[in-house]
Amino acid sequence: MADNVKPRVKAPRKASAGETVTIKTLISHPMESGQRKDADGNTIPRSIINRFTCEFNGETVVDVTMEPAISTNPYFEFEAVIPDAGDMVFTWYDDDGSVYEETKSIALG
Amino acid sequence: MTMTRRSVMVMGAGALVAFGLPMRASAAAEDAIAEFTGGADMGSEGLTLTAPEIAENGNTVPIEVDAPGAEAILVLAMGNPTPGVAEFKFGPLAGSHSASTRIRLAGTQDVVAIAKMKDGSFVKASSNVKVTIGGCGG
Repeated sequence: MADNVKPRVKAPRKASAGETVTIKTLISHPMESGQRKDADGNTIPRSIINRFTCEFNGETVVDVTMEPAISTNPYFEFEAVIPDAGDMVFTWYDDDGSVYEETKSIALG
Repeated sequence: MTMTRRSVMVMGAGALVAFGLPMRASAAAEDAIAEFTGGADMGSEGLTLTAPEIAENGNTVPIEVDAPGAEAILVLAMGNPTPGVAEFKFGPLAGSHSASTRIRLAGTQDVVAIAKMKDGSFVKASSNVKVTIGGCGG
């Protein structure tokens, strides 16, 4: 597992029903592409987050398949419709099988 | 520097490698496009790909894709060692069919986005990005 993986999410705490809100996510991760070589000329093996999903109350907002061409500390910005109060669950899937999860509750108001 | 026969040979070999690599990568990119579209024709209306004209650092190039009514958007970097960048699939709660992220580009090249619309048609947009420092390490 990559060290110091820390997900950060910016989502509003409140939204009115049916409102479209902007979500910003960032996760600290080296995203080693598998193209780089170390000082001895050995290829550094690929180690990336290969999938990111965002769900609200079990319904998908976005599902992103990621390749090594995504930058270090992957950042995503997208919009979601909030039909009701509930939990927004963000999940990142690492190459090594680790899963990083973050939840944000959004209330109606 | 004087031009010896040897240095000319080395430069020639270097040029061959430099031109050979993008050709192989673009074949892989065409395979990826064919896999995504199934060989269908692509329109050009309804998809916006926003990318900078000049990126100083190829390690983090901000891009944005926006395609109202799209089901999925595939992003490819035609000149990278592996052309795939990301595939965005939008679910029922997606507020707009747009997303932005940061990508790596190995050098000056075309970034291509292909959107799959709800009616099964495909739309393609591309943008040339000039990269001052490549982002593939090494």
